[in-house]
Formats: sequence, structure tokens, C-alpha cells
Amino acid sequence: MSTMTMPAGSPAATGGEAFLSVRDLYVRFSTEDGIVKAVDGLSFDVQRGRTLGIVGESGSGKSVTNLTILGMHNPATTTIGGEIVLDGQELTGASERQLQQLRGNKMAMIFQDPMTSLSPYYTVGRQIAEPFRKHTGATKRAAHERAVEMLAKVGIPQPAQRVHDYPHQFSGGMRQRVVIAMALVCNPDLIIADEPTTALDVTVQAQILDLLLEMQREFGSAIVLITHDLGVVANTADDLLVMYAGRAVERGTVEEVLRAPQHPYTWGLLGSMPSLTTDVSLPLTPIPGTPPSLLDPPTGCPFHPRCRFTEHVSGARCRTERPELPDGRGAACHLTPSQKAELYAEDVAPALGEEAVEAAADAERAADAEAVEDQVPGSTDSEENEQ
Amino acid sequence: MLRFLIRRALGALVVLILISAITYGLFWAVPRDPAMLSCGRDCTASALKIIHHNLGTDEPIYLQYWHYMVGIFAGRHFPVGNCPAPCLGYSFDESTPVWPIITGRLPVTISLAIGGSVVFLIVGVGLGMIAAARRGKLIDKVATTLSMFMYSMQIYFLGPIALAILVYGLHLFNNPAYVPFTENPWGWFVGLLIPWAVLATIFVGAYTRMTRSLLIEQFQEEHVKMARAKGMSTPFVFFRYAWRGALSMIITQFGMDFSSLLGGAIITEYTFSLQGLGAFSVEATDKSDLPSIMGIMLFGAALIVIFNAAIDACYAVIDPRVRLN
Repeated sequence: MSTMTMPAGSPAATGGEAFLSVRDLYVRFSTEDGIVKAVDGLSFDVQRGRTLGIVGESGSGKSVTNLTILGMHNPATTTIGGEIVLDGQELTGASERQLQQLRGNKMAMIFQDPMTSLSPYYTVGRQIAEPFRKHTGATKRAAHERAVEMLAKVGIPQPAQRVHDYPHQFSGGMRQRVVIAMALVCNPDLIIADEPTTALDVTVQAQILDLLLEMQREFGSAIVLITHDLGVVANTADDLLVMYAGRAVERGTVEEVLRAPQHPYTWGLLGSMPSLTTDVSLPLTPIPGTPPSLLDPPTGCPFHPRCRFTEHVSGARCRTERPELPDGRGAACHLTPSQKAELYAEDVAPALGEEAVEAAADAERAADAEAVEDQVPGSTDSEENEQ
Repeated sequence: MLRFLIRRALGALVVLILISAITYGLFWAVPRDPAMLSCGRDCTASALKIIHHNLGTDEPIYLQYWHYMVGIFAGRHFPVGNCPAPCLGYSFDESTPVWPIITGRLPVTISLAIGGSVVFLIVGVGLGMIAAARRGKLIDKVATTLSMFMYSMQIYFLGPIALAILVYGLHLFNNPAYVPFTENPWGWFVGLLIPWAVLATIFVGAYTRMTRSLLIEQFQEEHVKMARAKGMSTPFVFFRYAWRGALSMIITQFGMDFSSLLGGAIITEYTFSLQGLGAFSVEATDKSDLPSIMGIMLFGAALIVIFNAAIDACYAVIDPRVRLN
């Protein structure tokens, strides 16, 4: 059983208890042009000490989901449905005051751009100390000491001096360390990192990701890592959720999804990612078309207008019927498990290099065995790709 | 910090010298010869020459400019009269140096500028803050509509209406008049209340709109969102983060507006018959009193430059990024 799975509606049936549980989340914005379905029926769980990577193109609803978890959407224009449960507490109906108690304390957010996520007007020490004083009631002096301690923890040299510096006196990578120190100052149980390395130099990216994981080991926090970079996810996350058009289209452990991806969209993401280990002559294959407008998402499977494999599904189901994402390992796609494995192995993997071909062949054999065994086409039970 | 201020002051000095040179140049580009004006109907070439000499306009222009600049610091002597430092020229129409006229008119203008500014800052910025905090709500729509209305108002239209209603209709006030603050503070206050309100009206519209849009822009800033994500309370985020970011722009705009008001609120002074610098500049222009016009222009320009330098010094206090560069 994959660690992030949990049958909808019956939390008691899970093995590990989820620290953050999102169930059937809907987020809709009313705009002048109509209603934007930014998030459409999303469910996922994150356990303490584990990292969930959420991957998808811009506009796929990743960031919206996380702002909604923090309750930082504009209530005047946003409608929320479904439930978000953090450590047993329901957040969708929580008051602003309750949410303020949780933000920065139990759940913390790391934003994308460290150049803009620190206020230029206050010293970093003060910005780190602020939430600590608010949430723990510490004295000014204690909060200051805590700020120095946190700066030391995130690897800023001479923290006792640098605590008095302003953000513009730090480099980009150092600023992101400061942001992490600020987010972690109250030992939050949940850290939401929204593309924390996108704005950084490649050499600094790895350092920051390492730091996040190190902090996670120390505090045992759950991390939700939003990114569009599968490379980041591969090295950092435990579980993976692929989002498209406000919906989750595939989930599983990172290992499962990257070795034997089941959704054509995930295939597309992998195909458009450059890799250092494959032959340089292998061309990148971008996903044709553009992400759909969330004002008027396509009927049926939202990916069907861009999908190369719709003819393998009988009838017009891709156009008419919305595929469900099974609990646990699986993908929201009408292709049967053996079709997925076969198409991936024959059509997609060769463009991804030898390693992918081998993994795909393994997965195909496993899927065939599975299909013969229980003769239930379309079943995407979570066991089928257990490795 | 000190180096920053010194550098800024030197910069201001250079700008002032440039402005004075250009103003002086424009002064003489005007197709009216001041000597001709005072020469009368039966003007002979020799009479004109004498007048030119008396005015000091028979010298080459660069020498005239040099004398003018020296005069500001050392004073000058004209054949028609003495002009002690700071000499901004000698008004032949008024038969007196320009500087005492300016200083004589200045209290009216300063009173008008300070009072009007207090009103439009409190009302305009306050309304903008409320509108931004309650964005999309009824009060925001009311404030936005009101500010649009006020922004499109004209003082010469609003002033007479205010007078007609408040003074001649309801008899709530006497006709606005300037009473020196040192003589009668209450009289000063009551006498200028209507001009302040009318002057402030057009600025209120602009400041409401500016404050509102600056704050809303700040709400979108990542560091303001971050402050929310840290769990800070809504007022804390509003004042410590969003307001702080909007402040420098508001101060910049205020510095510009205030210094130009000190140069004379021409229309307001004219509407309410207040004898300030603005009214003086209109009179001087009317009479082609070029030395007076030159003096007022230079004085106004100096105010703007000085206030700009002061604003920059304010930045250094507000924004640590400026302080350290």
C-alpha cells in the first residue's frame, strides 16, 4: 500500500494517519469572464515526515491549492468546496482568526522568489522573530535569540551579525535560506514550498533542497513541494501528484510514477524534460497544444484535446466521460493498465533513453501478469505496480 | 548617510543653477522690452538707452546673469534703487526689490499650503486606505466614485459654489480672509477653512485613488503575502507591510504637490482674493513685470528642488536600500 493512499470518505481505513488530508477540493473564482474552475475535485494526503511533490504546468491549480490550504484566497471571489483537514482540524470552514493561529505556526509557506518574499524594510532578524513572538508569546530578546539560532540552522555564516542585516544584503540563495528560517521558526508540522528553487541558480537549488530535507529530518514535518520540475521531485519527494487543469491525473510514489508513468500527460512531461543521462541526439518532444482554459475546461478527460492516444479508447469516452483517479497508485485515464504499460513501453519510453525502456518493459510485464491474473480490465488497484 | 545627504545637496545646487540660467534666458526671450514699457508713447532712442542703463539691460546677457546671481548672495545696487541680498531682481512696476514682495506674500501661501495639505492628506490618504482595506465592498465603491468626482472638480467652479452656499446662503462663515496666525490663531483658522477645503478637494480625489491603488499593488507583493502566511494579523500586515511599501510613493507625490503649492496656489488664491504668491504672479504677469515673474519662478523652482532633496533624505529613513547605497 502506497503511503499516501486513503479511500475517500473513510479515513479510518488507512494505515498511516494523514497529517494533511485534502478531500474532493473545489476552488472556483468568479471573474468578469465567468467562473474559473481552478481546482476541480482534488484529493490527497500527506503524512508527517514525508514529502509530496505536486507537479504540473503553470495554471494547473498547484499554487491555488496551497493558498487555499493556508486560507489565503480572496473570500469575496472564491468558492471553496470539499474538505481540508490538518491534524484533525477542518480548515475550509475555519475563521480567519483560527487560520492566523495556524499559519506560520503549524503550517508554513515558502514562496517562489526569495528576492520578493522578504520585506525590504525590515531586518531579517525582525522578520524571523515576528511569527515566533506572535505564536509563542516569546519576549523580544528570546525571539531575537531564536532568530539567530534559526539563521545558524539554515547555514548562514555569522548569524549573530547577519541577523541585523536587511534582505538586500543577502544573495538569492542566502535569502531563500532566510525565508526557510522564517517559515520554520515555529517548528511547523506542515511546510508548503511553492517552487522554492525556481528562481535560484542551479548550483544553489540543490543546496536549498538539501536544506529543506535536513530540516524535515530534524522537525519531522510534512512537506508539500510544488514544482514544475520533475528533476527536483525525483531527488526530493517521496510521493508524487501530477496535476492537470485543476485535477489530479496521476499519483503514486515518486519511484512508481517516474519508472512506470501511466498518464499520457505524465509521459508528455517526461518527454519534454531534458536529461543529462540520455543520448543528446534524442529530441525533446513537447506536449502539443496549450493548457486548457479553466473557464471552460474540455468535457470528459481534460487532457483529451492534447492526447495522442485517444483512438486507443473505444467510443468517444475520452470526450464524454471523465476518468476517475483511483485511490492510491493510479492515473485518471481511460486506457486499460496493460494498454498504458504497452503504449508507454513502445511509444514513449524509447524517446526517454535506455533506462526508461528497461523500466517500461518491466512495468509492461507486470501489467500483463496482473491483467491475466484477475481479468478485470480497467482495474487500477494500488497493488498492481507495487515494487 | 552624511555622504548621501551631501551628494544630494550638491546635486540640488547644480539643478538650481541650471534652472536659474534657463529661466533667465527665457526671461529675455520674451518679445517685450521692459525698457519700452516704461518709456512711454514718445520714446526716443536716447531715452530708451538711458532706461536700459538704469535697468542694467544694456550689458551682454551673460554679464546680466552673472550680476543677477551675484546679487542673490551679495545684493545689488540699481540706479533706481538699492536691492539688498538676497536680491531676486528689482520690480520697476512696484519700485521695490522683488524679495520683500515675495516674503510679504509668503505667509498667506504657506498657510494655504499647510492647511490644505493637512486636509487632503488626512481625508485623501485615509479614504484610500479604507477603500483598499474594504476592496470591492460598498464603501470602496463609494470612495472610488467620490474620488473620481472630486478629481474632476475645478477650484474656480467649486470655490464660488462653496462661497454662495456657506457664506452668502447659510451665513455660516465670513468671507474667507487671511489673518496672520501670530495675531489671531482662531481667526486665521476660520478665515482659511473654506479655501483649505476647496483646495483640498481636488487633491483628495488624486490621493484617494493613488493610496488605494498603491496599497492594492502592495497586497499582491510576495513579501506582504509572506507576512500573512506567517500568521500575522490583518492590521499588522496592512500597516507594517503593505502601508510601509506604499508610503514612499505617497511621500514623493506629497513633496511635489506641497512644494508646488508653496510656489503659489494661483487659482485658489485668485478665487478667494487671498494675497499670496499665486495672486502676485498673476498680477506680475498681467503687468509684464518681468523681474517679479523671474523672481517668483526662481523661488518656486528652488522650493521644488529643495523639497525633492528633502524627500530623498526621507527615503533614506524609510528605505534601508537607499540608506546603504
